[in-house]
Amino acid sequence: MAREYRTIEEVAGPLMLVRGVENVKYDELAEIELPGGEVRHCKVLEIDGTDALVQLFESSIGINVEASKVRFLGRGQMLAVSRDMLGRVFDGLGNPIDGGAALIPEAMLDINGTPINPAARDYPNEFIQTGVSAIDGLNTLVRGQKLPIFSAAGLPHNMLAAQIARQARVLNTEDKFAVVFAAMGITFEESDFFIKDFRETGAIERTVMFINLADDPAIERIATPRLALTAAEYLAFELEMHVLVLMTDITYYAEALREISAARKEVPGRRGYPGYLYTDLAGLYERAGRKKGNKGTITLVPILTMPDEDKTHPIPDLTGYITEGQVILSRDLYRKGMRPPIDVLPSLSRLKDKGIGSGKTREDHADTMNQLFAAYSRGKDAKELEVILGSEALSDIDRVYAKFSDEFEEKYVSQGFNTDRSIEKTLNIGWELLSMLPQNELKRIHQQFIDQYYIEDQEV
Amino acid sequence: MESINRGEIIKVSGPLIIAKGMRDANMYDVVEVSDKRLIGEIIEMHGEEASIQVYEETAGLGPGEIVVSRGAPLSVELGPGLISSIYDGIQRPLDVLAATEGSNITRGAYAPALDREKEWDFIAQVDVGADLVNGDVLGVVQETDLLEHRIMLPPNLSGRILEINSGSYKVTDVIGKLEDENGKIHDLSLMQKWPVRIGRPYKEKVAPDEPLITGQRIIDTFFPVAKGGTAAVPGPFGSGKTVIQHQLAKWAEADVVVYIGCGERGNEMTDVLNEFPQLEDPNTGEPLMKRTILIANTSNMPVAAREASIYTGITIAEYFRDMGYVVSVMADSTSRWAEALREMSGRLEEMPGEEGYPAYLGSRLANFYERAGIIRCLGADHRVGVLTAIGAVSPPGGDLSDPVAQSTLRIVQVFWSLDSTLAYRRHFPAINWLTSYSLYSDKMDRWMNDNVTPRWSTLRQDAMRLLQEESELEEIVRLIGHDALSDGDRLKLEAARSLREDFLHQNSFDDIDTFTSLKKQHRMIELLMTWYYEAQKALEAGTDYTEIATMKVRDELARLKMVPESLIVDTAKQLSMKITNEFAALNVGGRQ
Repeated sequence: MAREYRTIEEVAGPLMLVRGVENVKYDELAEIELPGGEVRHCKVLEIDGTDALVQLFESSIGINVEASKVRFLGRGQMLAVSRDMLGRVFDGLGNPIDGGAALIPEAMLDINGTPINPAARDYPNEFIQTGVSAIDGLNTLVRGQKLPIFSAAGLPHNMLAAQIARQARVLNTEDKFAVVFAAMGITFEESDFFIKDFRETGAIERTVMFINLADDPAIERIATPRLALTAAEYLAFELEMHVLVLMTDITYYAEALREISAARKEVPGRRGYPGYLYTDLAGLYERAGRKKGNKGTITLVPILTMPDEDKTHPIPDLTGYITEGQVILSRDLYRKGMRPPIDVLPSLSRLKDKGIGSGKTREDHADTMNQLFAAYSRGKDAKELEVILGSEALSDIDRVYAKFSDEFEEKYVSQGFNTDRSIEKTLNIGWELLSMLPQNELKRIHQQFIDQYYIEDQEV
Repeated sequence: MESINRGEIIKVSGPLIIAKGMRDANMYDVVEVSDKRLIGEIIEMHGEEASIQVYEETAGLGPGEIVVSRGAPLSVELGPGLISSIYDGIQRPLDVLAATEGSNITRGAYAPALDREKEWDFIAQVDVGADLVNGDVLGVVQETDLLEHRIMLPPNLSGRILEINSGSYKVTDVIGKLEDENGKIHDLSLMQKWPVRIGRPYKEKVAPDEPLITGQRIIDTFFPVAKGGTAAVPGPFGSGKTVIQHQLAKWAEADVVVYIGCGERGNEMTDVLNEFPQLEDPNTGEPLMKRTILIANTSNMPVAAREASIYTGITIAEYFRDMGYVVSVMADSTSRWAEALREMSGRLEEMPGEEGYPAYLGSRLANFYERAGIIRCLGADHRVGVLTAIGAVSPPGGDLSDPVAQSTLRIVQVFWSLDSTLAYRRHFPAINWLTSYSLYSDKMDRWMNDNVTPRWSTLRQDAMRLLQEESELEEIVRLIGHDALSDGDRLKLEAARSLREDFLHQNSFDDIDTFTSLKKQHRMIELLMTWYYEAQKALEAGTDYTEIATMKVRDELARLKMVPESLIVDTAKQLSMKITNEFAALNVGGRQ
């Protein structure tokens, strides 16, 4: 029952006003047919009597107010999902762009999803191994968690994202693992890097990719993460897989949101972002999680570049309020040659304590984690003191700590983007480092673990 | 349901819809929108057009669909069955919905807030023929092992009891009949309703004069909140707002706790749901869940219902207050609630105030916090009810000039300022002792002096002065180094460090450290300060600073927080002796 109208009244930016419509619903999808036969997509943003305010997903170039036709489709935006999505690459609207055949859908799902009932959630407490020591060892990612990566322009967050996508796995289970990758507003080169990297390493086999490029319409970017999460929900909660969703870059997404908000002449909040930015981001992030009675999980790792490395900018700020921790990349470490340049001290995984320990990782994990944090932080303090007062001012033990912090960055954090470390390996490297310190300094570790793992007579 | 008024949608814009033909509806009436029966509330009237905020997703709605008014404002159901429940912002029971609708919340889902089938044993406490006034207790239902649910006459009803019977009843069953002054006969039931936006009436409010013991050392000792008082916890993300709210919900002295998760993480509510049934109330040993009610409107649930959730929560709290109980309300976070307000205000095209928040933000916040207090309840029996309100604030970037933080500070009496630098150093609770304040301090000092130890205010003020001096000395150290300090100043730094690490720092995940009674707090601060006073004397007597700083007894002082409550009195006595003895030994050495 498609209804066609030739009553476009005005077009301004991504918005279009269509008059005299009947029986059109809020959030309904529509198509615009240009005089040349080209078809573009849009959706209803507001419906006031017989006036529909419509938001274009694509460019407005060439739209002719007189001759273009608008066709309302009588449904919201849907995504065709199927288990065959794995290994495929789609554009930001869900059309295949890898030259493969069209999907045969197993289901059509509304891309907005529905909120998980808090009473039906299950608490995330199972470990995901990313193969990256700074994450697995110190800021452990847990299935069902949302843990963003805070980066900045010029830092290698894409390399880290690709590394996580390649290496991530769940231990001690036969359950299937999948990665859903959503790119919003990234450049062709970046997208090419990801696609090639996944193809070359075979990671593509278990990955679904949604790619919205920087020169694709900003508006399409609003749909891209929702498509990815809808696909993830199908894989996780229908097919009971463990799904890791990577999204890059949330900053571009928020900018797209701002663009539409400005076009709608809404009252802006901080820095021109709409007042509902928090609610909108939460609508994405909160789709991660676990449900009672379902084996599947959605773990979300959004990546965002902090404008001017400012953590109080609305995008990282609001993200931090919703997500369960953050992994922070540091330019200082990057300049020192650390790959990945993860700054472990301000990074935090709020759920880590629930996902580690005996039966999940190893019994000494919590203790060594705390000790490594404490020792690294003390080493950094010592080094700072050294800068101000000279190395004579340091006590012997502080000198050991200063050395420890260097070695820690070198051996523990800087593992390279192509090294996949098991959690055992990560914990053992931790012990090698901790064994630089005298035993009586390891106050946060239970004696039984020191007896078991401490390496005696290690050279300092 | 009797339909009072039917209208028709003419405009849909996100959660806001406008319907015509609503001339007979009242402001703030609840309406059902379209045949999906989505719940909404009228928030503006223009002639026959009503602006309606819809509590559910509005995708798929369009002009022409029907809107039916229920003819009553948004109300909550109050009666047995509230305790241990988890509700969304408009009091839909989430656990029931999870069982009937599946793990996601579907639109138009509905279940009554109170279980209609469950039977409760009601014991009548009034006789036929009794003349009762509004608020009088008719009888009781033992709702959980911890809580006797007092069934009260609704605030708008008084008169003579014609009939009342003990027995087993469902919440809607008639338990008795009452004849009011006009001779009209009313059925009485276990359940009553109350509109959420109107505070429940009481006889009078009295000023708070007693501390709410929370078991959190920095709070009870330095920045106490009064029973019936108001407090705010602002802080940037990662500074531990939610942990503090959870700690207060767990350990604060209360008969009933209403925890409002307003626009926050879903997993946090799951955490509470998993943890509270396992935790024991320190006073009764029963699971904490048996005194807790959760309101969960997480950040991804509809924004309009988030706006309502605060009111739903505090109305339920007031109901238990009216029974004469001590009730606490935790709202996490009021900033998300304010954002919901801002979003609706924007859709209504109201003139924005600061940062796009509506100009009435301050008065709405004040309305919420002012519903706290100590009150004399309605009814003839002089019950006193207490409602304490504690709100988390999430200012953008931790910047307290944010309108929500500023409006809140104007109202609340206690301010626990969370500090990201402390959190970064893993000092928890990350309450900054230099910027926080409690306007109840003086009053509470008096209470503590009377009830804990006459030396309380001296100890507390000395400790505070020490911390203040530490921050000044640290400035100096930063400029000219540690070596330039006199021994007296070094001692101050050392004593302050010990106060910070051994008293202010508290591990909420440790079984013993998570809760510290006043008795233990008193012993701890007394011993720490005694050591400092003695050390000052020793220093003046010529003892070497290093010897004082490395005294053995200090290790034991540092471990005080791990001493179980049952042993604290004895341990403190021994330690006090040890301090005296060790100093005596030092002083002898010093004079040689």
